[in-house]
Amino acid sequence: MKTLRDTWLVFRRHVLLLTRSPLSILLGVAQPVVYMALFAPLLKPALSSMGADSMTDAYRIYVPGMLVALALGGGLYVGFGLLGELASGVIERARVTPVSRAALLLGRALRDVVVLVVQAVIIVVLAMPLGLFVHVTDLLLAYALLALITLSSSAISYGIALKVSDPNALGQVVNNIAQPLMLLSGTLLPLALAPLWLRRISDWNPFSRAVVGMRALFAGHAGDASVWQSLALMAGVALLALAWSARLFARSVR
Amino acid sequence: MIETRGLRKSFRTGRRRKATTVEAVAGLDLTVGEGEIFGFLGPNGAGKTTTLRMLATLLPPDGGEAVVAGADLRTAQAAVRRSIGYVAQGGGTWDDVTAREELVLQARMYGIGRAEAHSRAEAALDAFDLTAYADRHCRTYSGGQRRRVDIALGVIHRPKVLFLDEPTSGLDPQSRAHMWDEIRRLRTGGMTVFLTTHYLDEADALCDRIAIIDGGGIVADGTPAELKRGIDGEVVTVEVAEHAAKAAEVLAQQDCVRSAELRDEGDLRLSVDAGETAMPRIMRALADVGVELTTIELHRPTLDDVFLARTGRSLRES
Ligand SMILES: Nc1ncnc2c1ncn2[C@@H]1O[C@H](COP(=O)(O)OP(=O)(O)O)[C@@H](O)[C@H]1O
Ligand SMILES: [Mg+2]
Repeated sequence: MKTLRDTWLVFRRHVLLLTRSPLSILLGVAQPVVYMALFAPLLKPALSSMGADSMTDAYRIYVPGMLVALALGGGLYVGFGLLGELASGVIERARVTPVSRAALLLGRALRDVVVLVVQAVIIVVLAMPLGLFVHVTDLLLAYALLALITLSSSAISYGIALKVSDPNALGQVVNNIAQPLMLLSGTLLPLALAPLWLRRISDWNPFSRAVVGMRALFAGHAGDASVWQSLALMAGVALLALAWSARLFARSVR
Repeated sequence: MIETRGLRKSFRTGRRRKATTVEAVAGLDLTVGEGEIFGFLGPNGAGKTTTLRMLATLLPPDGGEAVVAGADLRTAQAAVRRSIGYVAQGGGTWDDVTAREELVLQARMYGIGRAEAHSRAEAALDAFDLTAYADRHCRTYSGGQRRRVDIALGVIHRPKVLFLDEPTSGLDPQSRAHMWDEIRRLRTGGMTVFLTTHYLDEADALCDRIAIIDGGGIVADGTPAELKRGIDGEVVTVEVAEHAAKAAEVLAQQDCVRSAELRDEGDLRLSVDAGETAMPRIMRALADVGVELTTIELHRPTLDDVFLARTGRSLRES
């Protein structure tokens, strides 16, 4: 109960901060939007091997992958914000209060989910005139999946930030994790094109399962086994990541 | 209110072979009484912040024990947290929120209900003279205003003990005076205040009792007056026109003079008990033997002299 109440407090504070600098959300979507406008048409011929015969098909393959990349990549960089807060003293101020330690993490991770969902809505709305079409229920499931991915990636990022506590080191660690994870998820280029050994490796990457699930949802196949499998898998990953990070939050403070 | 025994903390810095251990706090024994303004005076790097962070449950000690407001620091951290407020050296506010929003959030983090949190925020704004800026973003505040917000945040839950890390460092003289008044007002309300400072005048004027810390250990503690009395009393320097040796001999026999020393410069350095009453007697004694006095000067020991006597260095220079 107390954790929930405190999470709500922390979350509300961070949403308030977001509304005071809304530009940061928009800057976050700028790059994906440019990618979408410029790269997707180029990809149509490349994606034809996956059965993309029209622009709608190309966007149905490209947009879900890009959204996963955004959730994964955006989430992994939130640790920098935490380092800033550590330096400014606001975390220490919270730490001397009896506020729940887990809430300090959960409130922030939920803020990250809100940012991502807003960005994902912007991207999908912008992609519609270009030919993307998705059912509302499929889209809601897709957002749920994106929320779970963001919870995982941001919790991991906060955990690493607490461990290394130095922006330069955090940058290196995050880059070294983000690059291979993104490539091995087939977020931007489908792994169907990849050689067999690469596909074998990516089978072990939970995020590549998430991309498959996302593509199924955008293709209108909500009943596909990959959908519930990826939701369950990402829920598990999110729980593990949150538990690990919450433990670090609690331990670096007690 | 606060009692520590052998409190220790060391940090490892650097990596692997180059790693060194810094003994930040090396076995601290402290007692702070209820309703006191207790000052921790020491140069940069003495271990003041580390001690405060340990007592505020932010940093686990390596060893030793401490009781804060009746709760054991090792076993009852939640109870310690409920009874203390802590204001870090650099404060801690978000730039883009107002003082009122910060105060309400802080009260809510202590589990205070919404309505009560709002009325406490209102009262705190009033008490700390912040009403005029209450709805401006913190980034627009002056140093002194920001510091008052920090302290208002630290006491919103009415703690028994308040830890203040360098509350006036970087403030202009007027804001400092204002801050001293605020701190005295908190003490009048029954709060125990434990502050750190590297300003001699602040320790002297504001604190009821001080401990001088250097290199992680306490080198002296007591009231400022006690500490100053403890070192070699007061000093009167006397210059005479001639017969300095005779003057020294005569003055050494006076009751009020502990010792008289004829220095190479030709003047006399007299160690005395109470300067104000000793001076007229010294003048009379010299007049009685017909030695003409050219100058006489009273030098009262400062806390810097205390620091110098205990560490061999001046606090001003370190
Ligand atoms: N987190 C830390 N890691 C390594 N060394 C530290 C850390 N915190 C403090 N120290 C060292 O401990 C000593 C005491 O520091 P501190 O308590 O901040 O002193 P003060 O507040 O009196 O200026 C200093 O030598 C400082 O460099
Ligand atoms: Mg300090």
